[in-house]
Amino acid sequence: MKTNQEMFDELHEFIASLNNNPAELIAILHRAQSIFGYLPMKVQSFIANELGINVSKVYGVVTFYSFFTMVPKGQYVINICLGTACFVRGSGKLLEKCEELLKIKNGETTPDGKFTLTTLRCVGACGLAPVMQINDKTYGNITADDVDAILAEY
Amino acid sequence: MCKRLNSKEELLSLYENVKDLLALRDNESDLSEKYYISVCGGTGCNSSQSPEIVSELKRWAKECGVEDKVEIAIAGCFGFCERGPIVKIFPDHTFYTKVKPSDAERIIKQHIIDHIVVEELLYKNNIKQSVKKQDDIEFYKKQHRIALRNCGYINPEVIAETIATRGYQALAKCLTEMSQDDVINEVVASGLRGRGGAGFSTGTKWKFAKASVNDKKYVICNADEGDPGAFMDRSILEGDPHSVLEAMAICGYAIGADEGEIYIRAEYPLAVHRLKVAIEQATELGLLGDNILGTGFNFHINIKYGAGAFVCGEETALIHSIEGCRGEPTLKPPFPAVKGLFGKPTNVNNVETWANIPVIILDGAKKFAEIGTEKSKGTKVFALAGKINNVGLVEVPMGTTLREIIYDIGGGIKGGKKFKAVQTGGPSGGCLTEKDLDTPIDYDNLVAKGSMMGSGGMIVLDEDDCMVNIAKFYLEFTVEESCGKCTLCRVGNKRMLEILEKITKGLGTEEDLAKLEHLAVAIRDGSLCALGQSAPNPVLSTLAGFRDEYIAHVVDKKCPAGSCKDLVNYEILPELCLGCSLCARNCPVGAIVKTDIPAKNPRLNAYRIMSDKCIKCGLCISKCPAKPKAIIK
Repeated sequence: MKTNQEMFDELHEFIASLNNNPAELIAILHRAQSIFGYLPMKVQSFIANELGINVSKVYGVVTFYSFFTMVPKGQYVINICLGTACFVRGSGKLLEKCEELLKIKNGETTPDGKFTLTTLRCVGACGLAPVMQINDKTYGNITADDVDAILAEY
Repeated sequence: MCKRLNSKEELLSLYENVKDLLALRDNESDLSEKYYISVCGGTGCNSSQSPEIVSELKRWAKECGVEDKVEIAIAGCFGFCERGPIVKIFPDHTFYTKVKPSDAERIIKQHIIDHIVVEELLYKNNIKQSVKKQDDIEFYKKQHRIALRNCGYINPEVIAETIATRGYQALAKCLTEMSQDDVINEVVASGLRGRGGAGFSTGTKWKFAKASVNDKKYVICNADEGDPGAFMDRSILEGDPHSVLEAMAICGYAIGADEGEIYIRAEYPLAVHRLKVAIEQATELGLLGDNILGTGFNFHINIKYGAGAFVCGEETALIHSIEGCRGEPTLKPPFPAVKGLFGKPTNVNNVETWANIPVIILDGAKKFAEIGTEKSKGTKVFALAGKINNVGLVEVPMGTTLREIIYDIGGGIKGGKKFKAVQTGGPSGGCLTEKDLDTPIDYDNLVAKGSMMGSGGMIVLDEDDCMVNIAKFYLEFTVEESCGKCTLCRVGNKRMLEILEKITKGLGTEEDLAKLEHLAVAIRDGSLCALGQSAPNPVLSTLAGFRDEYIAHVVDKKCPAGSCKDLVNYEILPELCLGCSLCARNCPVGAIVKTDIPAKNPRLNAYRIMSDKCIKCGLCISKCPAKPKAIIK
């Protein structure tokens, strides 16, 4: 586990390797989110400082893109594909089932910090529709009945 | 192999040296001493264990002592995702489908050593006959592959295989034999139109970018494939990344740019990886970077990541995103060709468009323009998905009819259900109905029918899909993805969505339909970019094609497809009920009870659903063993 200081050092080095160029903001935010897990205000002001831009600009970009989050995510992120192909093959039911089993709504994290439930638009595995991803693993051709057993793996 | 190429001649001599790499794959023979096994490594097959299949095949080849007789490698997407993972054996061209890691033993022992085809893994056609070769499968018969030419054929991580398919020869030809204007004229003559959505002439776009005078220009590859249900760009980048890199360099030469940016979704890790490998290998060979092929032409390519915003597929929004800003579109003109990335002239094309360029240069515009219809030349890749038997990527000549795509290639509707509509163009497109099945598909015909080509998503809907619900689905998407800059898009779409929600809950009125149409026109006229301008399309086209379904929702308070929960009631027909109690035992809320009415089997009693308790989950219908089902909705 890295200390807070080490994480900021790592980010500082990454930003320096991009010559503190504000045009690289999105790449920097990607890296920052992978280091810290999310983008709290103090990370955003740190980045603004390093790049010499207003923190409002950083905040504007963070809140514009759905990939960036300002709240920490769970250990396992469940992504349910709501692309059209998955939707017409019943991914809405997978989402309902997950909400029911984990007792959280779409976009929330379980109180123990284990699961975060989110949706995304098309992972491009339409042949396997409906598709659900947990971290990097993809589950395809599943029904709401399979969800229980899949979550039990974690 | 890593030696830098300093001239066109060196590239051609490398081609002569490596072209035999593909000999096993190009020649066809049933008996061979050597074999080449290609395993699909697209995202879909990857998540169905194709990496494990490769390692198991290698393990068994070693175990059986035939390692030197057989080469095993990953290939790009074969397109037939429905039957994945795909394993293809050369030189006999046997096409195995739905392969599992545990099948590796049989493939090595039976096929490679004993030369006997593993019958069970072959594709079965609709009359249950096994089909051995890829080209004999209906799914592939009507396809014409240009953009996907190398997907599923070469190993995308080995540049020598790209060179063996004449890769980078088009670039060499441009740099040594053609002037900038020659290149642009060739692209104009081919009639190629942008494959990302709008269908603007690619060559004309290049001409504008060349005409802008500036010391710095940019070439951008739009790989922000956001249309839900379309995945051709990702498959091209995963299966044939060099075709895109080569095309970008060609454009760089033609318009006078020395830098290219690939803007790609962060959700596509495999495509990013393959691109990085490809850029590194091409740079090492001197096919990208400084002084390409010793001609003095420089071209560098960088990868830029998206961060999940659909609107960034719009070129001005995309450019702002690369600049590190919020991806909000800006008014055109000025067009990017005049004032684009960092204020410099910029040419943006989409992945599939790029993949056509090397073929046009090498084989000539004339040959390319022979394919397709009068105003739409070449082929188009469609991502066929939804309620269809053969889900996958198909590439067909422009002008092919929907019927050919859905029934001949796609194998018809899943589960023998009735075709209802096909949605093309994603959230900006519309629905085509049965009467449009024989229309030749091209840019102009689709627009005339109230839809659009879009990036080529093609979602097939059957009788169980409620068109109001589908329109609502797309609007939810637009509302979520609207960047918020234009009031009519931000607020207007939200209001439309609320009306649709009201209708699907059974609270709509006929007046609401008029309101929808009124709002649609206002949003179309009052939005800056294509996202807002086309957002009402799914509503307008379903209203045009399926008005009776909207009327059923608002007047009769019924959902004919049985999909809107609030408008559906489940009922057990006692004369069909077997009295087996399966439904009652499976009901999650205990809403099903025994009655004293005799069931079909008079020794047992029929069951009844208490509508006040029923949560309309549909579990009872799926469990009911009676034929026909005793439960209706």
